[in-house]
Amino acid sequence: MTGITSFGAYIPVYRLSRDTIANAWGRGSLKGERSIASSDEDSLTMAVDAGANCLSRLDRNQIDGLYFATTNAPYKEKLCAGVIATALDFRNDVATADFGNSLRAGTGALRAALDAVNAGSAGTILVTAADCRLAYPRSDQEQLFGDGAASLIIGKEGVIAEVESSLSINKEIIDVWRNDNDRFVRVGEGRFVLTEGYMASMKEVVSGLLKRAGKKSSDIGKLVIPSPDHRSSASLAKGLGFDPEKQMQDPLLGSLGHCGAAHPLMLLIAALEDAGPGDTILMASYGDGADAFVLRVTQEITKFRDIRGVKANLESRMALSSYEKFLSFRGIVEAVSGEPFRLLPSASNYWRDQESILRCYGSKCNKCGNCQFPVQRICGKCHAKDDYEKIRYSDKEGKVFTFTRDQLAGRSDDPVVVQTVFDMEDGARFYLMMTDCNPEEVAVGLPVELTFRRIHEGADFHNYFWKCRPLRKGGIHNG
Amino acid sequence: MGSIKDSVAIIGMGCSKFGERWNMGAGDLAIESAYEAYEDAGIGLDDIEACYVGQMYASVNGIAGSTVADALKLSNIPVIRNENWCTAGHIALIEAALAVASGMYDVVMAIGVEKLKDTGYPGLGTGRGMSPVYEARRTAPGSFGLIATSYFKRYGFSMEQGKEIIGRIAVKNHRNGSMSPKAHFQNKITLETVLKAPIIAYPLGLFDCCGNSDGSACAILTRSDHAKKFRDDPIYIKGFGISMDAGLPHMRPGFGWTSFEALKNSSRKAYEMAGIKNPREEIDVAEVHDCFSITELAIYEDFGFSPRGGAREDIESGFFELEGGLPVNSDGGLKCFGHPVGASGLRMTYEVYKQLQEKAQLPERQIKNAHRGLSHTFGGPPQLSAVGIFGNEKG
Repeated sequence: MTGITSFGAYIPVYRLSRDTIANAWGRGSLKGERSIASSDEDSLTMAVDAGANCLSRLDRNQIDGLYFATTNAPYKEKLCAGVIATALDFRNDVATADFGNSLRAGTGALRAALDAVNAGSAGTILVTAADCRLAYPRSDQEQLFGDGAASLIIGKEGVIAEVESSLSINKEIIDVWRNDNDRFVRVGEGRFVLTEGYMASMKEVVSGLLKRAGKKSSDIGKLVIPSPDHRSSASLAKGLGFDPEKQMQDPLLGSLGHCGAAHPLMLLIAALEDAGPGDTILMASYGDGADAFVLRVTQEITKFRDIRGVKANLESRMALSSYEKFLSFRGIVEAVSGEPFRLLPSASNYWRDQESILRCYGSKCNKCGNCQFPVQRICGKCHAKDDYEKIRYSDKEGKVFTFTRDQLAGRSDDPVVVQTVFDMEDGARFYLMMTDCNPEEVAVGLPVELTFRRIHEGADFHNYFWKCRPLRKGGIHNG
Repeated sequence: MGSIKDSVAIIGMGCSKFGERWNMGAGDLAIESAYEAYEDAGIGLDDIEACYVGQMYASVNGIAGSTVADALKLSNIPVIRNENWCTAGHIALIEAALAVASGMYDVVMAIGVEKLKDTGYPGLGTGRGMSPVYEARRTAPGSFGLIATSYFKRYGFSMEQGKEIIGRIAVKNHRNGSMSPKAHFQNKITLETVLKAPIIAYPLGLFDCCGNSDGSACAILTRSDHAKKFRDDPIYIKGFGISMDAGLPHMRPGFGWTSFEALKNSSRKAYEMAGIKNPREEIDVAEVHDCFSITELAIYEDFGFSPRGGAREDIESGFFELEGGLPVNSDGGLKCFGHPVGASGLRMTYEVYKQLQEKAQLPERQIKNAHRGLSHTFGGPPQLSAVGIFGNEKG
């Protein structure tokens, strides 16, 4: 049967206390904290990180498709799934598609992946959903939203959670939306949005799916539903006959925030981390209607204890010191961009070098074994010409050899650029910027891993490339 | 490889005032250094048969040899520009020397000029055009800060010890610069000032970094056998060495960041041509590339001025002070002149030239009995080094 064969999450390392946001506005705090994507992150980069965290047990050449879901794509026109599939070093003959515009984009992509695998047009598909939604300053949503990404691999072999049945409903309503030129998510009148939007759709989809699956609420081990606020999912569950205390997945508003289109998948991952063989999960998502799935967890789940899921990501955190920094990271207040440095960005150059820039390939000399990054046609050691093997380094770890904290080149809101020289185990030498670190704690010998980031906007496109970061705690990273 | 030892002489030099020359363009700076050099050599514009220009920044400072040619009205002769990073001034000088030595020309100008204060930025970037992606946000202080972190680690210095060792280099160069009328900065500083200054690129603080200045310097060269027609005290080119480290040192597995092949090879070649066996003893004055204090330290060791790992002892004993065994950066160096990239190699050579002629502007910094001088620049990420060795007599 078709189902989930792997999962991986990504939550940005920065967390902002809701008290800090509330204090900035002199309003009430919704308590807890939310995740904040750093200045070099967006939905696409987070989707790469989450996708990578899915791949630790798999041969990525087996992946036949990549579906990306977000309401906040960094490009309005251009395939983001294609960039992600390249950064994850997938084959060229993979199916790629972007799903957008709706909080149901993540579950829409999941449904499409299930259908493709069921239909046999693909054997294995990676679904990666990410979001980084902007709410109006001072609004409740500003506190309640979070940034993050969740990825699932859908296939038929080694299934850890079979998808037994599913249901989608369509309910047209103007409740939560963003017009084509809006930056911030609009939310309609509260009672209307809640009762005729979220509550009505979710009630219908959950009860409809239970009926379709021939199950009662008591047959469900865990109900996994995002919540627009601290209370509504629990009251919804109660109304549907579930015990919110025992049967509900924590909607993670307190520690993470609502991660938009990624959130249903994020919560499903959190549920899978706690699940045992035989458990039944009902996951549903809302957005102008609803999608719902019943999943049954298999024995394979026992092999997935060290994946970088939600828990590991939540544990690995750094406090963001100020609300202003959050505004600036998201471009709501404008930072001086700093100097990328008198470079001549070029789409053709970026395209030509994509094996190193996006796939993170270095070269290993076939004659003498010398390893270098980026790919070098002539070996720096024995000078053999065009005689090398390409090596993907994105999934490898290194150790810092030397570093500096440069105060000249950074953004005005993030002024220290940690330029880092580090060595891979095979000797390959890297010279990259370090991100997600406390610059004062960087030291020679520090273990680092690679992470895909947006480094500048030269030539009017998003220049993505790899940075290093201190190893994040918990789980296997497979960049 | 051949040798041009003693074949070519410098018969005139000029050097502009270095500093924030807001009211002077690149062409004005070139005029300032070139006219001093004409006067010093006793020649004029019409005597120049070829001109070699060192200038790194394109567009802001003009393209090709045009800026210098247009300002100086160099017509009907070749004006050839190189942009070889921080070594551009030296390479212009060496190209000019080779042109004279070939017999092609009799009187050749080498000129370096850079108008950094028109770039709109107070520091230098090191994006080398290798890739607009790989090298984003790399600056000169950041690139050289990596050397300091690595050197301190390798030799077991705490950050405080390391900063103090390189800090003494900054104090020395500022003391020398305080006696240099053409220097951008002419202030003495204390070690305490150096150590308390804000960090620019850890572990390098403000006073570990050279300034950002405008400037120009110029040399007139001719064949040695003609030199005495122009003046009694020509300065002879004894040797040179240029070395590129094309392995992109930072990409080379195992590269230690404390020693550079380009430094070792360029100095070795120059010593060989000049017949120098023991540079520590045989060189009387050296102007080396102190873009950052740690760079000067690395040069001491790669040039054989100090034994490997022994720079600290020489720094602390005052060996490189004006009164020491080998005065280094007697005019204050890049530290006090700033580093208008293409001009620096010729500005350093100007100091060596004046010292060897016993014409240092102020008698208190005239080095006694100096016969052999060395000037040197080091550029790129870094990966390129150029050395010239000069003497005030043949043989």
